[in-house]
Amino acid sequence: MKVYLDNAATTMTDPGVAKAMQPYLTQEFGNASSLHQFGREASGALDQARVAIAKKINAEPEEIIFTSGGTESDNLAIRGVAYANKNKGNHIITSTIEHPAVLNTCKQLEKEGFKISYLKVDKRGFIDFEQLKKEITDKTILVSIIHANNEIGTIQEIETIANICKEKKIVFHSDAVQSFTKVHIDVKKTKIDLISFSAHKIHGPNGIGALYLRKGTKIKKQLEGGSQEFNLRAGTEYVAGAVGFAKAVELVEDKHYSYVKQLRDQLIKGLEEIPNCQLNGPRGDSRVCNNANIIFNFIEGEAMLLRLDMKGIAVSTGSACSQRDLKPSHVLTAIGLKAAVAHGSIRFTLSRFNTTEEIDYTIKTVKEVVKALREISPLRRGYNG
Amino acid sequence: MADLYSKKVMEYFQKPKNMGEIENADGIGKVGNPTCGDMMYVYIKVTKKDDKEIISDIRVKTFGCVAAIASSSVTTELVKGKTIEEAEKISKDDVAKALGGLPPVKMHCSLLSIDALKTAINDYREKKSEG
Ligand SMILES: Cc1ncc(COP(=O)(O)O)c(C=O)c1O
Ligand code: FES
Repeated sequence: MKVYLDNAATTMTDPGVAKAMQPYLTQEFGNASSLHQFGREASGALDQARVAIAKKINAEPEEIIFTSGGTESDNLAIRGVAYANKNKGNHIITSTIEHPAVLNTCKQLEKEGFKISYLKVDKRGFIDFEQLKKEITDKTILVSIIHANNEIGTIQEIETIANICKEKKIVFHSDAVQSFTKVHIDVKKTKIDLISFSAHKIHGPNGIGALYLRKGTKIKKQLEGGSQEFNLRAGTEYVAGAVGFAKAVELVEDKHYSYVKQLRDQLIKGLEEIPNCQLNGPRGDSRVCNNANIIFNFIEGEAMLLRLDMKGIAVSTGSACSQRDLKPSHVLTAIGLKAAVAHGSIRFTLSRFNTTEEIDYTIKTVKEVVKALREISPLRRGYNG
Repeated sequence: MADLYSKKVMEYFQKPKNMGEIENADGIGKVGNPTCGDMMYVYIKVTKKDDKEIISDIRVKTFGCVAAIASSSVTTELVKGKTIEEAEKISKDDVAKALGGLPPVKMHCSLLSIDALKTAINDYREKKSEG
């Protein structure tokens, strides 16, 4: 049996998405900037895609900028706002559990003279609103907080963060790459200024994403070139990608949420029968519906990952041994885990294409693999799991 | 990562050899890896033959990555039946070679198995001198 449980890394392209893209990869190949019919076809498709994505978050189509993905959206949002507001201040607030696309962008800005505050998180991965308020100064120009964390699934209360920022008139950005279409966002209700999205995490194609940019938000474009995307993102548009992205959004149904959540809870319940394991991140609805991140004590994640791989199950790990720099995941460190404990972390991320049978098989296989690896581990002495 | 590993590494990882403990071992080596926090315990049994001291049995327990498990496993095979002096000469490069190579970031895992072996041999010598 082949079971793909690494949907936070990337997802299977929905066949309906591939089908929708097909014409734009072949006969409808026009450049959306061209005036002739080929160009008009392309720009029409692009506009439609923009409308579909805007609709999902109750935004205006002009507030959606297509980019090459989540990474570029994060870069454009953070650098764009930072450079555009340089004369107002040089202080940015983010968290310790951001995706590298945000974290490393902030670190780069730090080198350029910006001051960055990294908000700590609690054991379950939540930031502290009081801490956020305390960090805000009259030099603060941007707050960027991830919506659903890609490793441990914690969903921040962006509503509350948005209100705090709004009150202080500070621009608020959130990386919603992992939460998009899983947690509803209505930008008319939530006063968030910028949001990053990526298509390949929601069964759309790779290499396309979007940035929601609230009308009136000051931003500096980061790619010089043509005046595409309201003169905010130069480069010939990836029309097929935008069409696929929009199709992926349209294909999401309400029932998917409860279906995936039920599989997630089945998985967590089954795996928690294994002695000496612990769930990272919160439970229930403040955890993104497709994430289970579990530590199996006394064993190492890379070994576990490859044993599962041999049995057809694809997962990921935050273990130090699987990172090039041999440091455990910064998110696991941020929630207070020691390196040796973080070693045993496995992330399972589900999708609507998974089945109950796959989850049963995964539970059974994980139990076997954990047992086998614990048998050769020196740490499990005096313990019989 | 799987691609990074040779076929040999994956074979040893899949079916590690000589895993476990030896009751009443003549020497025990317990080492931790400062690089990433892993651990290895090595147990040896030493038999005297003529005036040679031969490692007649060796077992290992490993808390670590694929490379660590494979390294510790192949080390036991390199060592079994060798004299103490011969065993001491085995280097991390010998271990890596026997595994058909290791990725550079994983060389410290082969060093860990050598350290554990040396610690076990030292433990044997200390126990012996204590009588
Ligand atoms: C939270 C988060 N932000 C950003 C990204 C980057 O997105 P992309 O791969 O589209 O550049 C990812 C994907 O790994 C992610 O999980
Ligand atoms: S034991 Fe950690 S990298 Fe090999």
